Amino acid sequence: MKVLVPVKRVIDYNVKVRVKADGSGVDLANVKMSMNPFDEIAVEEAIRLKEAGKADEVIAVSIGVKQSQETLRTALAMGADRAILVVATDDVHNDIEPLTVAKILKGIVDEEQPGLVLCGKQAIDNDMNATGQMLSALLGWSQATFASKLEIDGDSAKVTREVDGGLQTIDVKMPAIVTVDLRLNEPRYASLPNIMKAKKKPLDEKTPADYGVDPAPRLTIVSTAEPEARKAGIIVGSVDELVEKLKEAGVV
Amino acid sequence: MTSFGLTDEHQMIAQTVRRFVEHEIYPHEAEVERTGVVPPELAAEIKRKTIEMGFYACNFPESVGGAGLNHLEFAIVERELGRGSMALNHFFGRPQNILMACKGDQIERYLLPAVRGERMDALAMTEPGAGSDVRGMKCSAQRDGGDWVANGTKHFISGAEHADFVIVFMATGEDQTPKGPKKRITTFLVDRGTPGFTIREGYKSVSHRGYKNMILDFDDCRLSDAQVLGEVDGGFEVMNEWLYATRITVATMCVGRARRVFDYALDYAATREQFGQPIGKFQGVSFQLADMITEIDAADLLTLAAADRLDKGLPANREIASAKLYASEMLARVTDAAIQIHGGMGLMDDYPLERFWRDARVERIWDGTSEIQRHIISRDLLRALGA
Ligand SMILES: Cc1cc2nc3c(=O)[nH]c(=O)nc-3n(C[C@H](O)[C@H](O)[C@H](O)COP(=O)(O)OP(=O)(O)OC[C@H]3O[C@@H](n4cnc5c(N)ncnc54)[C@H](O)[C@@H]3O)c2cc1C
Ligand SMILES: Cc1cc2nc3c(=O)[nH]c(=O)nc-3n(C[C@H](O)[C@H](O)[C@H](O)COP(=O)(O)OP(=O)(O)OC[C@H]3O[C@@H](n4cnc5c(N)ncnc54)[C@H](O)[C@@H]3O)c2cc1C
Repeated sequence: MKVLVPVKRVIDYNVKVRVKADGSGVDLANVKMSMNPFDEIAVEEAIRLKEAGKADEVIAVSIGVKQSQETLRTALAMGADRAILVVATDDVHNDIEPLTVAKILKGIVDEEQPGLVLCGKQAIDNDMNATGQMLSALLGWSQATFASKLEIDGDSAKVTREVDGGLQTIDVKMPAIVTVDLRLNEPRYASLPNIMKAKKKPLDEKTPADYGVDPAPRLTIVSTAEPEARKAGIIVGSVDELVEKLKEAGVV
Repeated sequence: MTSFGLTDEHQMIAQTVRRFVEHEIYPHEAEVERTGVVPPELAAEIKRKTIEMGFYACNFPESVGGAGLNHLEFAIVERELGRGSMALNHFFGRPQNILMACKGDQIERYLLPAVRGERMDALAMTEPGAGSDVRGMKCSAQRDGGDWVANGTKHFISGAEHADFVIVFMATGEDQTPKGPKKRITTFLVDRGTPGFTIREGYKSVSHRGYKNMILDFDDCRLSDAQVLGEVDGGFEVMNEWLYATRITVATMCVGRARRVFDYALDYAATREQFGQPIGKFQGVSFQLADMITEIDAADLLTLAAADRLDKGLPANREIASAKLYASEMLARVTDAAIQIHGGMGLMDDYPLERFWRDARVERIWDGTSEIQRHIISRDLLRALGA
């Protein structure tokens, strides 16, 4: 079984995000970029499936700017076997929309015929939480979102999902799309032998046109704003005073 | 990060090690600083993860189980490690490359277990009476039958606390030369627990708490020929072949730490407001930042260039000395300026800056003082002119 893992290049989670002066988005010029942390979890899971003999090839895919190559090299250094880069824009500020990504991924799935697509549940830059779901609709495959546990058994998979009320376990038919949540695993560090090998692993470069997809945006960003600054707290002297203040604030 | 001449692999090595240090080392630093010890479970975990990542003993050739990194690649690893606590990074094992001089049974007993992370080493040259003047050492091993009997004391020995064996330099005789008597030196591999050999607690140091320096005592300690590393009386050859490269380690670690310190200073200058604006808007602060980053980049390039010379087989002794000298003195200036930019808070242990400032002090002393580096650099230049 082949496992396909889409990985997105996003602003590093340690970077303090700054809104561009014109409000058109977040400033990405000269900031540190990394693999979306949820995608890292997906890559880790795919490699574990391969190590457990349940998968025989792990293919990483990235769609975006040419620099996403670095993100793919990271996936290769973690242990993915090969990579596909779809260069869909040359502007780092142009975020490729989920439907476009899903359509391109469908094209790749049609070509590669993986038995499983493992996606991050969302990308930490725009928090869309949509690509996996859209891909499953386009393919007509089963989907399991927010996975915190994944067990594959022949042509079905048992997936534990993190839902609001707790955990839900479902069976899905393979092939399937699984989107992964934070607690699924702890991603490994790239290993030194794999870093040295990463350059030699195949990385194919494609364009959206290769899959008959037009990457032009459909959504318009009206404005981007910083979250409201947190108000300063106060130090209370006693429990009574605390209760008093909470009453004043109308929360108890 | 300076990327001049670095490949994608180099960048990825740097990112990986940096990430490891940020996730596995930073969170434990404050505790090690407070207690002065590394909990054994934590040490074991760092070691295990390093082995899993294939980074343990990455400075050793693949033929003995290392990763075969060249000097430049290894300098990049060390640079990122330099960001983190030396006490903790000790377990991101980098055994002394001098162990490559092992022969015969020594390979199975010392070299291979060191590379696998099963046995840890330490290196002992310095004595209370012989620091910069290594040849002045008093520790000696005398022939007794087919064996050697060692006596004397070594001090300031890093890593000996955790060492299963120690690489020790001993005087094994004296030659008369026109310039006066000159000691012959031999290198020995001495196992912890050898009768007559004890490792005890050293002094409390202002720098690198938890990375202890130990005192080694030899009291009629019996050693066999099988424990001689390299040739009898060949200690200086072994030293010259392997040890000067380790000075790159000091230089490159200073660069990594300086970058970490700089990020604190930059961030503080951008966010701390006085007189109604970020202090970074005052030239008195911003120009300090400009000088800091310029010096850091200069030290980085100097160090990587010296490592690259070694890889190319070019003479590098002078370049390595310049890198060690400049990087360690740069770190002193950068940590001092970072504290200045933080004002009073820079001195308080709420921030790690006071620690970086203290840690920086030893870098100008160990692995050859700044004066000794200047001596090496100037001799290299003047000797060529017969002066
Ligand atoms: C924390 C720590 C850990 C260490 N770890 C190890 C270790 O693991 N193994 C090991 O073998 N050693 C270790 N050392 C020893 C270290 O390498 C020595 O401290 C260093 O070589 C200087 O020797 P010294 O301290 O005896 O100073 P000295 O040699 O006594 O120097 C005193 C001063 O005189 C100056 N000086 C000396 N000779 C000259 C000269 N010819 N020209 C100009 N100035 C000169 C020096 O620069 C210095 O300023 C460690 C030291 C420290 C502090
Ligand atoms: C141990 C200790 C004891 C103290 N005791 C007392 C005490 O008893 N009573 C008391 O009232 N205070 C005390 N202080 C406070 C001390 O006077 C302040 O720390 C000092 O005035 C600097 O202020 P700051 O630390 O807030 O730094 P900041 O004012 O925030 O300065 C940060 C940096 O910005 C620079 N900077 C700020 N403005 C400018 C400018 N316009 N142009 C260029 N550079 C600028 C500063 O030089 C510094 O490098 C003490 C401080 C310490 C550390």
